[in-house]
Amino acid sequence: MEWFNDFWSTYSTLVFSVGVHALLALSIWLTLSCGLLSLANAAFMGIGAYVAALLTVNLDWSFGTVLLAGGIAPALVALIIGAPVLRLSGVYLAMATLAFGEVVRITVLNLEITGGPEGLNGIPLATEGWHIALILAITVYGLARLRRSKVGRAFEAIKEDEVAARLMGINVDRYKLLAFSLGAFIAGVAGALNAHFTFFISPREYGFENAVDILTMAVLGGTSSLIGPMLGSSILTLLPELLRSLQDFRSLVNGAVLVLVVLFLPKGLWESRRIKAFFKRLKGGQA
Amino acid sequence: MNAPQQPNLLSIRNVGKHFGGLHVLQDVSFEVPAGSIYGLIGPNGAGKTTVFNLITGLLTPSAGHIDFQGQSLIGLEPHRITHQGIARTFQNIRIFKEMDLLENVMVGMHDHLNYGGFGIFLNSPACRAAEKKARERALELLSWVGLDHKADMLADNLSYGDQRKLEFARALATEPKLLLLDEPVAGMNPSEKTILMEEINNIRNRGYGVFMIEHDMRFVMGLCDRIAVLNFGRIIAEGTPDEVRNNPDVIEAYLGKEDE
Repeated sequence: MEWFNDFWSTYSTLVFSVGVHALLALSIWLTLSCGLLSLANAAFMGIGAYVAALLTVNLDWSFGTVLLAGGIAPALVALIIGAPVLRLSGVYLAMATLAFGEVVRITVLNLEITGGPEGLNGIPLATEGWHIALILAITVYGLARLRRSKVGRAFEAIKEDEVAARLMGINVDRYKLLAFSLGAFIAGVAGALNAHFTFFISPREYGFENAVDILTMAVLGGTSSLIGPMLGSSILTLLPELLRSLQDFRSLVNGAVLVLVVLFLPKGLWESRRIKAFFKRLKGGQA
Repeated sequence: MNAPQQPNLLSIRNVGKHFGGLHVLQDVSFEVPAGSIYGLIGPNGAGKTTVFNLITGLLTPSAGHIDFQGQSLIGLEPHRITHQGIARTFQNIRIFKEMDLLENVMVGMHDHLNYGGFGIFLNSPACRAAEKKARERALELLSWVGLDHKADMLADNLSYGDQRKLEFARALATEPKLLLLDEPVAGMNPSEKTILMEEINNIRNRGYGVFMIEHDMRFVMGLCDRIAVLNFGRIIAEGTPDEVRNNPDVIEAYLGKEDE
């Protein structure tokens, strides 16, 4: 057991990060599955992190309630900004949500209660491994159920052809709002979990770069199934650590890997149909 | 006790549509009776698809009334109009290509699946039963158009004619009372057309009203009970196929005027 304790004391934060990033990648997968290119998820994560951290530090709420509040707060914000913003689509939606992210970051930067640019320090370490594992499991299960229901089919229909979806009796605006706020909820919970194992949060962590990172995780892994975003987020979290020996060339190799994947596997690493076909061929070869 | 029987399923009265100064439709009026096949014909650019877009709520008329079963459709959002019982297909096919055939048809049943979020998450018996029933119904609808053996295929891999049939089945899945078909035989070969003609007749015999836009004269004349002719945004003739065929205005619109 000793080796495990050693491993855990060194790498527990990294393992936690893998879980949190998986949640974030799933949150953007949800909006993407409805055809929405939204880059607001880093901001939603930030809202969740700050709300949760402030509730823990100032009001001493129980951790479960704090996590729930960390999800609900950004979901409510998403409901409010969703009505006007979701009228946009494609890159215009990406721009608007990016701008929203900046508004959130600058607000947090200038408020007193959030600690301004210094951030919040001394957040109690409440997150444990099983919290993340359990929430990730519930999220994956819930999203898998959603996919195979009328809601998942409605999302897919909206993604493929909005007009046709409307004429199939789908209330497109409502479903877009649903995807947007559910994504915000998941990102918020991820932020709340994150705040309670990093000890410290600051506005820097929820800016433009993070918004793009979250999108990259989902796109690298592939958005055709739930496995893709989790695979992508794991790789992007672990790769910098694995490449540590390369020192200064680390981010170069990191970038090169990304470029290669986008060039040769434009639908992401995990594309359900390709992988199914591969296993079929494998079986056929043996028979 | 019962509401008075509506003899006409769809009633269009004095409908006009203009985009800025461009008058696409002017004073268009006609009635689509229940249980019949109604045709709308006219040269290219006459405004036929605009009529469909107005009925399905994708566009709002600039003037006039559109009533379905005695209720106004004007101002209703497209999904509400679908809910009232109007379904349509598109001139340039709009199936969901990345879904399989079964899923395509099941999207059409969206409105009729009444389970909620908790049902989905907990995989409740009610939710499972509804999904199972929907799947069976979708297979039945696919069998009506002869595609049930391809239910698991990706819609993108279908031939052109089969894609039209799938769009058909998907429209029927919304449980419409009136089916709007926008050029259903465009791009089909003669034998496919004959089969589709039978299928449309079958659909009418199952109790659906059918309202179609079509260019193929033989097809329209052979199938429709009544026909309206649209030219430059105005109805120039309306009646049975024989009446329309012999109408001098129609002949002129299609063949041009004889030089005096």
